[in-house]
Parts: sequence; structure tokens; C-alpha cells
Amino acid sequence: MLIKELTQVPGIAGREGQVRKFIKEQLSSEPLDLSLDSMGNMYARHTVGETPLVMLASHMDEVGFMVMGFDPSGLLKFAPVGGIDLRVVVGKKVHVGEEKALGIVGAKPIHLQKPRERNKPFSRQELFIDIGASSEEEAKRKVKIGDQITFATKTEFISERVMKGKAFDDRAGCTAIIEILKSKPPVNLCGAFTVQEEVGLRGAGVAAHNVKPNLAIVLEGTTASDVPETPEHRYSTSMGHGPAITLMDRSFLANQNLNQRVIELAEKQGIKYQMRRTNIGGTDAGRIHLVEEGIPTIGLSLPCRYIHSPVSLLNIDDLKNMIDLVKAILKDIAEGGFPLGKTY
Amino acid sequence: MDLKQFLANLSNAPGISGLEREVSEKIVSAWQELADEVNVDTLGNVIAWKKGKDSKQPPIMVAAHQDEIGFLVSEIDKEGFIRLEPIGGIDPRLLPGQEVVIWGKERVIGIVGARPPHLQKPEEKEKAIPLDKIFVDCGEKKEKLQKKIKVGDPVTFNQELEWFNENICTGKSLDDRAGVAALHQALIELKDLKPEFDVAFVATVQEEVGIRGAITSSFAIKPGIGIAVDVGFAQRPGQEKEHSIEANKGPALGIGPHVHPDILARLQKISGENDIPTQFEPSPHPGGTDAYAIQMSRNGVATALLSIPLANMHSPLEVIDIRDVRRTGKLIAQFCIQADVELVEGLTCL
Repeated sequence: MLIKELTQVPGIAGREGQVRKFIKEQLSSEPLDLSLDSMGNMYARHTVGETPLVMLASHMDEVGFMVMGFDPSGLLKFAPVGGIDLRVVVGKKVHVGEEKALGIVGAKPIHLQKPRERNKPFSRQELFIDIGASSEEEAKRKVKIGDQITFATKTEFISERVMKGKAFDDRAGCTAIIEILKSKPPVNLCGAFTVQEEVGLRGAGVAAHNVKPNLAIVLEGTTASDVPETPEHRYSTSMGHGPAITLMDRSFLANQNLNQRVIELAEKQGIKYQMRRTNIGGTDAGRIHLVEEGIPTIGLSLPCRYIHSPVSLLNIDDLKNMIDLVKAILKDIAEGGFPLGKTY
Repeated sequence: MDLKQFLANLSNAPGISGLEREVSEKIVSAWQELADEVNVDTLGNVIAWKKGKDSKQPPIMVAAHQDEIGFLVSEIDKEGFIRLEPIGGIDPRLLPGQEVVIWGKERVIGIVGARPPHLQKPEEKEKAIPLDKIFVDCGEKKEKLQKKIKVGDPVTFNQELEWFNENICTGKSLDDRAGVAALHQALIELKDLKPEFDVAFVATVQEEVGIRGAITSSFAIKPGIGIAVDVGFAQRPGQEKEHSIEANKGPALGIGPHVHPDILARLQKISGENDIPTQFEPSPHPGGTDAYAIQMSRNGVATALLSIPLANMHSPLEVIDIRDVRRTGKLIAQFCIQADVELVEGLTCL
């Protein structure tokens, strides 16, 4: 299964090479024009003739860590790359380096802790990665400073429709673009697999500048907060309720005319959707819509529970509905129904 | 069965305190090949007898506990989210982002929800999340979930034993399945040998909730000498040295009120004569291991404690070096061969 394999490839910001290679292999047998820019963004162009050009954008990078140094005992010091709550890393398995060496984030045993220590999270100074090396020299034979570290989470179904895994943000979006490109939609399309989203939306602006689309659709994994300890009015999205159409986030205010047409199409086709209801977080849309003189942009998000942690959840129906909704938009553009060019 | 395979089978099996049956079954089937007789007692302790030359003498009891820390399902709410009740000492700070297995009618994987950093206020990150805010998500609503699991079902960490290299591995419940594996190694070493006395190898239950299995099994066995095999804190940065032992330096010989000086001396002697590396683990308080219960059984038992170095104790990713397990097994086997009437009589010689 494509999403299963794609989420298990390691690729933090700036180290998207293995993800890019995997996606390239998926698309190389298709009649697409594949290219790469100097930042690492990859483009897959599908050309049908005289139609508007649509860019679909998803980022390849995931949150993770970097090897910062060695302890004389052979343990590794590390630092997060992207937004990770350090409270979620203790007692988890990780993969270190391109060869995915097994590592674990250890913790001081509860027996040796004073009761008041337990009210505070482990500090960064207390956290190490153990790769089973007994000395600094042995550790250095296996990994080097700057190596990427990703969570070693297996992607699998835990119920009929729900999968657990890492990096659904945003390999789920990458999966959607691959599926949509393979379906050969009736418009000129550029799939943009972007880099460095997790460290400040850094690849997408360059990508939009290179593609200069008439419309951009950003496909993202977002937080589904329909879980205990979060009040209902703070639910950003709910898992299993379909792709979420972005109203706003910290980086982007959506164009209401474009959103209105997306809603009409979803309702006409009977595709489940929801609105993304909070203004937290930022996505590649925040960069793309400000490129050159401005690019009409739509943000669609897949509701995933517990993103940016070692293991998140995705309802596979949400992914299918997202793909169907994007296909409906592309068909509508080909038929001239979509309000391009006169968006305000 | 090969030692590494035995350890992996045990580590991967679920067996929280009081619900050790799946682990017990694996131990029984492996030990039936190696021992003269294998029984399971009322509480669930597995007792494997190795017959000696003189069965009239009080036997030697060698014990390691088979139970692990974990949880019980305490509530399934209307949306299908699960709350947990801990069994044994667990640091709740290990839980966010953790995968667990609920052992109901079916094996159900759940994940401990962790709030994304985007949704948190900065001051939240400075506080540890207490257990009463922790919940498990199985990706399913209550109606469907209830067909598979119920309140009271055991919950363990979802971890499979994995090797860093030839010798070092990580997994759950190595405390104290590594100890049970050391007993397994001793049984292998003794396969074609006959010790002086009968030896009872015991995989005890309910150690993590109060050393309970060792109480009843030592009562039944009536040992003259008892050796408990458990795990000790392997040295890690930030950990006090005097509370730690070192990996790949052999089992640590416990020193303290729970250890008889003569048994300790004999173990030291055997260690030296057989080139089995050992180290010391002084503990001023005699609690926390099966040695505590065995020593106080009936009219008193001369006990010793062997600790296998283990890092990240009571976490889902405990780490051991298999060489230390093997050495512990060898030391036990040699002790059983060399224990004689002279040693036993000396124990009560005023």
C-alpha cells in the first residue's frame, strides 16, 4: 500500500532525498515530465493542452531530529528539526541515519527519581539516544554528526478504517498527488513535492515561482483534535469527517469564492468534507498565495490525530475523499466552471 | 531452546502481574525439555525441578519473576477512548505518543494520544502530563470496540524485542524476563550434570506488585539456599554511580541485609575460579526483589541476589547485554554443582 511505504521512508527537512527517490520511482513509468530544482523540490508535470495550469503541493519532509554530538558512553545527543514536543520522545524507538540504525530514547528509571521530578518533563540535558554502542568510538563508526533521526513507527491498520503511523503530515498529501497524477485528469497539472515545510514553509514559495500556476491546491495533514482533554469548541478538525477546507491559519486567509465552489462541488458529488475551524499552524499555502503578484490558492487538509508525535492516526476514507474532491475540482476547471481569474 | 530465542519469546509475550499465563506457558514448554519435572502452583509460579544426588537435603531455590509492569483498562468512554490503571511502578511521562496492546478477545493496538505542539500554550510544555489526563485511542467507536475488549483487560507496551547488534537488545519486560532467561541458561548448563541437592528453578508471579509469588513458592519448596535473579540499574549519564552497575561486566552480586555472607563468598569464589566476571551491588535496603520474600520464608533461608545490568528500567525499551544473561546462568549452574553439605552446615554454625 502506497501510503504505508511512503510514511516509512525517513526524511526530515533538508534530507528529503530518500522520499524524493521513492516518489520518483512511483511516477517514472507514467507519461509525466519530472524535474528537480536546486532546493530539492520535485515537480511532476502532466500536460493535456490548452487549459489552466493547476499546481498541487504537498511537502515531503517530516518532523524529526538531528545528531548533535556524542557522550563518552556512546550515547548520542540530539535536537529536534521541526516542531516536536520533547515530552513525546522518551521511551520511543528511532532510526538514525540513511541506513536506519536502531536507536532508542532512554529515560532515568522511576525508582531513581525523586517524586517532584515526575511533575516536570525530562529536560533536554537528560535525553539521549542509545544505539547500543558501548563507547564514543563505536558510536562514531555507526553514525555521524548531522545524521537525521526519525521515529521508527510501523504504519498499519489498527481498526477497519484507521491507520497508525508517522509522517502522515504530509506523506498523505504526497500519496494523494501521486494517485491524482496517475488518474490523468483533464487539466494541465503540476504535482509539486516540496521541501522544508516543517522548518518554516521554505520550499513552497520557490516551487510556486517555478511553476507559476493559475491555481494552487495545497494538500496537507492537519491536527484532528476531536479527542479527550480538548474542549469541543477547540476541535480544529474531526477524524473521519472528510477533508477539511481551510478557512484560515496563521499563514493564510482563504479566498471565499474559491472555497464556495469547492463546497458546491463536494455537495453535488456527495463527497464528505468539513471546514478547518481554528487558526493555528501554517501550511505551504501561506507562501504560495503570496508568490509574484499572488496565486489563487486552496488549502485542503487531512484530519490526523496526534501529528508531530511518534505515532498519529489517519482515517483512510478521509484520504479517499480528499482525492475525489481534488479530482472533482480539476474536472470542473477543465469544464470552465471554476471561478479562476475573477476571484474577488 | 536457544537463549536468544527464549528471551525474545518471553519479552514479546504479555504478562502483567496476576495475568502471567501466556508467559508461563512459554516457560513451561521450554523447561519441560530441560528439567526433570515442571509444575505450576496455585498463584501461577512455574517450578522446574532438577533432581540432585541427595533429594533428602533441603533444595536450592533459584527464582526470577516472570510478571511485567503494565495497565488494566479502567474505562471505555462513549467515544471509545480508553483510560488506564497502572499495575506496578510506571512513570506517566513515558506514555504520550506510546503504542500499547490491549489483550482482549482480540489483540487491539491503541496509541496514547499526545497533543500536537501547535495546540499547546508554552507553559503546558513545562508540565508533565499526569496519568489522569492520559487516554488511549484505538481508532474505533465504543460499540465496535466493546466486541473486542472490556474493562479489566490487560494492557502492555507494543514492543517487539530488537537487537542493536549481536549482544545488545531492547524490548519490554526484560525486567525480569532476562532473569528468567538466566535460569534457562543455567538449566541448559546443567542438562547432563547432576547437582548435589535438588534445585527448584522458579519463574515467580506478582513480583512487581509486592513480591507475592516468591512468598508461596518458597513456602512450598522449603529451600535451604535461595538465589533471586533480578535486574539492576545499568549506568547512564545523570544517574548516581553508587546506584548503578555496568553493562557487560557480568551479574552484580548483591550485598546487604538480604544476602547471606557465606553464599556471597561462595559466589565470589566461583566467579574467580571460572573466569565469570561479576561486580558488586550494595543495597542498604533489602526490599524490591524476590530475595526479600525467600529469606523470610518458614524458619529462614540463606539467600543471595544476582542483578543483570539493565538500562531504562520499567520503560517500554529496556536494554540488556545477552552476555550478562549467559554469565548469570553459568554462575548459577556452577553454584548448584558446587553447593555441598559443608556449605549448608556452615550457614547455621554458631
